[in-house]
Order: sequence, then structure tokens, then C-alpha cells
Amino acid sequence: MAGSSAVDASSIPTQTAPLLTFADVSKRFRDGTVALDGADFRVGSGEFVSVVGPSGCGKSTLLRIASGLSDVSGGKVQVETDKIGYVFQDPTLLPWRTVQANVELFSELRGLPKEERRRRAEAALELVGLSEFSGHRPRALSGGMRMRVSLARSLTLEPELFLFDEPFGALDEITRERLNDELLQLYLTQRFTALFVTHSVMEAVFMSTRVLVMSGRPGRVLGDYAVPFEYPRSPRLRFDEQFARLAGKVSGLLRGGG
Amino acid sequence: MSIDTGFSGPDEATAQGPVTATSRVAPSGRGRWLAFWGPPAAVLLAFLAIWYGVSYLLLDPRRRFLVPPPHEVIKVSFFDPFNLKELMGALWLSTRVAFIGLAISIVIGLVMAVAMNRAKWIERSLYPYAVLTQTIPILAMVPLFGFWFGFGNFSRTLVVVLFCIFPIVANTLFGLQSVQREHHDLFTLHGASRMTRLWKLEFPAALPSVFTGLRIAAGLAVIGAIVGDTFFKQGEPGIGILIDRYQSRLQSEQMVGAIILSSLLGIVVFWLFGFLARRVVGGWHESAGGPDT
Repeated sequence: MAGSSAVDASSIPTQTAPLLTFADVSKRFRDGTVALDGADFRVGSGEFVSVVGPSGCGKSTLLRIASGLSDVSGGKVQVETDKIGYVFQDPTLLPWRTVQANVELFSELRGLPKEERRRRAEAALELVGLSEFSGHRPRALSGGMRMRVSLARSLTLEPELFLFDEPFGALDEITRERLNDELLQLYLTQRFTALFVTHSVMEAVFMSTRVLVMSGRPGRVLGDYAVPFEYPRSPRLRFDEQFARLAGKVSGLLRGGG
Repeated sequence: MSIDTGFSGPDEATAQGPVTATSRVAPSGRGRWLAFWGPPAAVLLAFLAIWYGVSYLLLDPRRRFLVPPPHEVIKVSFFDPFNLKELMGALWLSTRVAFIGLAISIVIGLVMAVAMNRAKWIERSLYPYAVLTQTIPILAMVPLFGFWFGFGNFSRTLVVVLFCIFPIVANTLFGLQSVQREHHDLFTLHGASRMTRLWKLEFPAALPSVFTGLRIAAGLAVIGAIVGDTFFKQGEPGIGILIDRYQSRLQSEQMVGAIILSSLLGIVVFWLFGFLARRVVGGWHESAGGPDT
């Protein structure tokens, strides 16, 4: 079950139909840097897949490609949905808009009617527990709250595939763990598929159904670990022995392959 | 002399920044009021005292016209109906020229900056010439403008536009280009058109810089209107022409009166744009504060 090095990702059985497929994808930038080289994996519908790897290994590039912001230099990417949510490390809220108007932004850009925009934004703010802050400007909020607003903004489009680019990397430990729990809660209730990039092994193992370990630049998938723990996951799982063993294995490969 | 006048407007207003900061630690109520207004009022009193000292102690009566005492300035300039009417008429003319010139600069400046932001080749083509408006001696071109366009309001407005268009273009362009890459990504992901991107992302993001540019430009517009006017020397008189005329007639009271008026105009314009900036971007942008009057 645990990973072998340099796996062919397709050999890991996934029960569901793939929502996202990377087939031997490479990415070379105009300045000649090779960010990805032969990245090969699938994300099945309903999975929560984390990607860990040393910094600069092309994790973010992976997400930019999956979202369509970036094209590939080689290989093939297949995404079975156009309902994609994308959350960056920076909450990227527009400072001149209120929380409500920020959360309405995506439906606004997609041309949804005003009434519908408001309804969706209110529902999404309810989900992240920030309804009472809808009239505030982002600068009045804490870092954790801004990130919740950013999540709510993406939730308004009811994404099937949710891309996360180290969303909690800039937050303190306690806020981070709380947001981990909240995001898992959303995962269970909203039923999206997640591709979650992080540099924290603990976070990756705690959140995911599978963890991919990437090598340093140029990025390749070194290992593919299934995480066997049941959802909903209690915060106490972090102190579980089996959890520690799996986290240790992931860390080991990360260090060895770095 | 008249150039110093033009600048004194914005400078006096800026000097109140630090005072605002002191008031934060001062106690509330009357003490705070005193801490806020006390220091600048003390400086004003000291200034007036020196002024009187120079008028009455340093200069003998025959040469007192060089620095007429403050109350004489006020009496002759503002309490003599004929002089007051002349000064107010000129002030109105200069104010109109400054505002029309500023309005034209805002429209042209914003359009130029948006165009430059849209295409690199436009920026490459136009920016050097925007810089040129800062480097050519505009006042030296006044006689030429007079030849071409006459000495009426058109030429005066043109001088104002050349004076104040650059800060608008430069600051707006800087603001438009300061949009975070991730924000652009968001708009790309959700299929925003260029127009949507401009209106909902780039322009609001640029507003703080736009207002910085406007405040600088507004000060320059007043200076441009008055100083340019001085160089025209003919046509319907604005403040600048009046100052020139008073100087040649040794009417120093009216001259100082005209200088005071033009400084006040500068202060009012500077304050107006500070006020607008706070109203528009003060709710979300820190730097929108500025002098608090």
C-alpha cells in the first residue's frame, strides 16, 4: 500500500473515475528552467490528494497547469470538469470591496444575476462562519478570516475540482490546524475533489486520501501513498501512532529524494 | 518671487502632517485641541512678529514699502473695494484656468495611462514625450504659444496642461501596473474581458496612485496658472499679471495681497484633493490619509 519510489501512478488503484489526469507532463519556461519533467498521476473523483515536495519543485506549476492558467511543454493533461476552484497562499481579496462583494466576485465575472450572486455569497459565508462580517473590508480581518473569505469566494461556484496552493502556509500553527479541520468539514459536506499543495507533511497526511511526493526540480512524482484513515478525522489523529509512521515514511522519501 | 508664492500653498498644508501625529498622544478635549492647533498658530504669530519687526524696526519709513506691515496689506488689498474687485476678478480667472487645465490633463492623462498599460508599444512610444513635458522649460515657450494661439485663455490653459499632465500619467500608469499577478490570474480564470479587468481590477487598484498624482497635479495646476500668467503680460489679467503690474507700480501692499490669495488657492486645491482621496479610497487604503484638515 505504501509507496515505492518512482512509481507509475496508474498502478495505484483508485476506485473512482479520474477527474484530473497528468500524463507524462513536462513544463519548460522560456528562460530554460525545467519545472516539471514527466509528471504522471491521476486524481480520482472525490479524492483528496496532497502534493508535498521541496520548494521550487514545480508544485505551483502543477496547479497552474491543472487550472488552465499555464500550458504544458510536453505530455497531456485532461480535466473532466470546468468547475474549478483555485485558492492561492495569499487570500487575494480585493481590498476595496467588502467581504460580501469579494465573495460575489466570481459569480459576477461569470455573469450570474444579482439575486443569485447574493444568495450564493451568503450561503458560502455561512459555510465558513463569517456571515456577520459580510460588510467589513478585508483589512479589518485576521489572516485566518481572510483565508476563509477566499475559500468562500471559491465555494460560490460549487467547484468539482478544488486546487489549493499552500493555502495555510502563511498562517500560525493553531489557525492552520483549525482551518485544516474546517476544510475537511467542507470536503465532507460539499463533496469536491481536492488537489492540495503543501510543504507540510503533517498537513498533507492529515487531510488527504492520498499523498504524492515530488522530487526537487525538475519535479517528478517520486511516491504515491494512500492514507487509510476514516473520515471524519479527529484532531487527535495527529497523535496516532499509525499516523506518525506514515508521516515518517513520507518525510523519509521527501528527504531522500530532495 | 512669484514662483516662491506658488509653492507656499502645498508646503504649508504638508507642514500639518506631523502635528496630526502629535495629537494622537495628547489628552482629549481642550488639551488636544491646543496640541493640534497650538504649534502652527505659534509659528504664525512668530512669523507675523518678525514681519512687523522688519517693517517698523529694520526699515526706515521711506523704505517701508518694501515690506509693508500685515495690517496695511490687508487694509489696502482686501478692504479697498476697487482693489478687492480687481484681485478677485484676477483670482477667478486664474482659478478657472487652473481647473480647466487640470480637468483636461486628467482626461488626457488617464486615457494615455490606460493606453500605455494596455500595450507596451504605446508606452514605449509615448512615455519619453510625457517625460519631455517635465524637462522642457515650459515658461520659455510662453512667447511661442502667444505667437501661435494668442494670449488668451487657450494658451494659458495649454501651459497648465503641460505643467500638470506628467504626474497624472506617471502615477496612474504606476498604479495600473501595480496589480498583483494573482489578482490577474483570478480574472483570467473566470474569463473576464479586458474591459471588465480594467473597471473591476486595474482601475480600482490604481486609485490610490491616481489620487497621489492628482494631488501633485492640482498643486502644479495652480502654479502653472499663476506663473504662466505672469509671463503673458498681456490680455485679461490673472493673478500673475496683476503681481507683475503691482511690482512695476511699486504697489507692494497689493502685491503681497495677491501672493496671499494665490497661496490660499493652492492650499484649497491641495486640501480638496486630499479630501476627495480620503472619501474615495480612505476606507480601504492606508496611504490615503495625508494632511488632516
